[in-house]
Amino acid sequence: MSMPERGKCKRALKAAFPHTIPIFAGFWFLGMTYGIYMNVSGFPFWYPMIMSLTIFAGSVEFVAVNLLLGAFNPLQAFAMTLMINARHLFYGLSMLDEYRGNGWKDFYLIFGMCDESFSINYTAEIPEGIDKGWFMFFVTLLNHFYWFFGASLGGIFGSLIHFNTEGLDFVMTAMFVVIFMEQWMKEKNHVSSAAGLGITLLCLIAFGADSFIIPAMLAILGVLMLLRKPMEKWEGKP
Amino acid sequence: MTLTEQMITIGMVVLGTMLTRFLPFLIFPAGKPAPGYIRYLGKVLPPAVFGLLVIYCLKNVNVFTGSHGIPELISIAVVTGLHLWKRQMLLSIAGGTICYMLLVQTIF
Repeated sequence: MSMPERGKCKRALKAAFPHTIPIFAGFWFLGMTYGIYMNVSGFPFWYPMIMSLTIFAGSVEFVAVNLLLGAFNPLQAFAMTLMINARHLFYGLSMLDEYRGNGWKDFYLIFGMCDESFSINYTAEIPEGIDKGWFMFFVTLLNHFYWFFGASLGGIFGSLIHFNTEGLDFVMTAMFVVIFMEQWMKEKNHVSSAAGLGITLLCLIAFGADSFIIPAMLAILGVLMLLRKPMEKWEGKP
Repeated sequence: MTLTEQMITIGMVVLGTMLTRFLPFLIFPAGKPAPGYIRYLGKVLPPAVFGLLVIYCLKNVNVFTGSHGIPELISIAVVTGLHLWKRQMLLSIAGGTICYMLLVQTIF
């Protein structure tokens, strides 16, 4: 790497790190919970290590533990994953331009597009003079590392870990509330924010915690498509 | 499950996850502008998605049993209050989380 490239890289890492601190707290804890769960389910430590590296989608990894404990059914595993992770399709649609033109980093950015990486990379105001591609790359890489680090620790030390971290997982909820508020304060009209919150809540009540995501996504898509004309009028065409 | 079956299961989960992340980029290749409605969705979906994620985090809260979602409600109020007051992301997140941990460990 040439000197200016190395400087660019370092500055981007410095700028990216503070944005990932809440994720550090959350992933370290959630990853460790996941590793411990794998450990007490009877899997050797290298399972959570490999899975946290290759899957990098928290909720699905917890489900995967149950899949691995059940009867062999690869199609069911595939279908379950698609359902739980379908929301990533929305992230991709929103990042079509951002996650392109960054060279080899594009592949990793898309590979590591979990809820948290997407949310930070979409909302963060990247300071002047910081390379956007490297910034987004480091946000993703740091998050990936925290998750891997937590999962490995949990997998290795498993049941040896005893201290009261009950409630620490709320850090993720708090982060998404803040991200939601930041978006709310920035936007001109609140139709989409309110629709996302309201429709999802209604779907949760109607369909229950295990199967509300797909109906919520479809309803959000439907409502936003119906509102396209008035929304574009309010927003002013891009 | 044998080791091979486990590896296949993990492989299917990896494949499913990657499909949901790469699909939009495969359907709408670089160089060609995406159709108008996709560009519109790319713009209006994120706010809705952040709303969805907030609810998603709270999906296991039951208002009828246990602590009735009271610790969650109080802590979200703390996050919101702190953020309206100081607008410091880390402060709002840390404040709300500490409040929640205290509530579930001591009171509820």
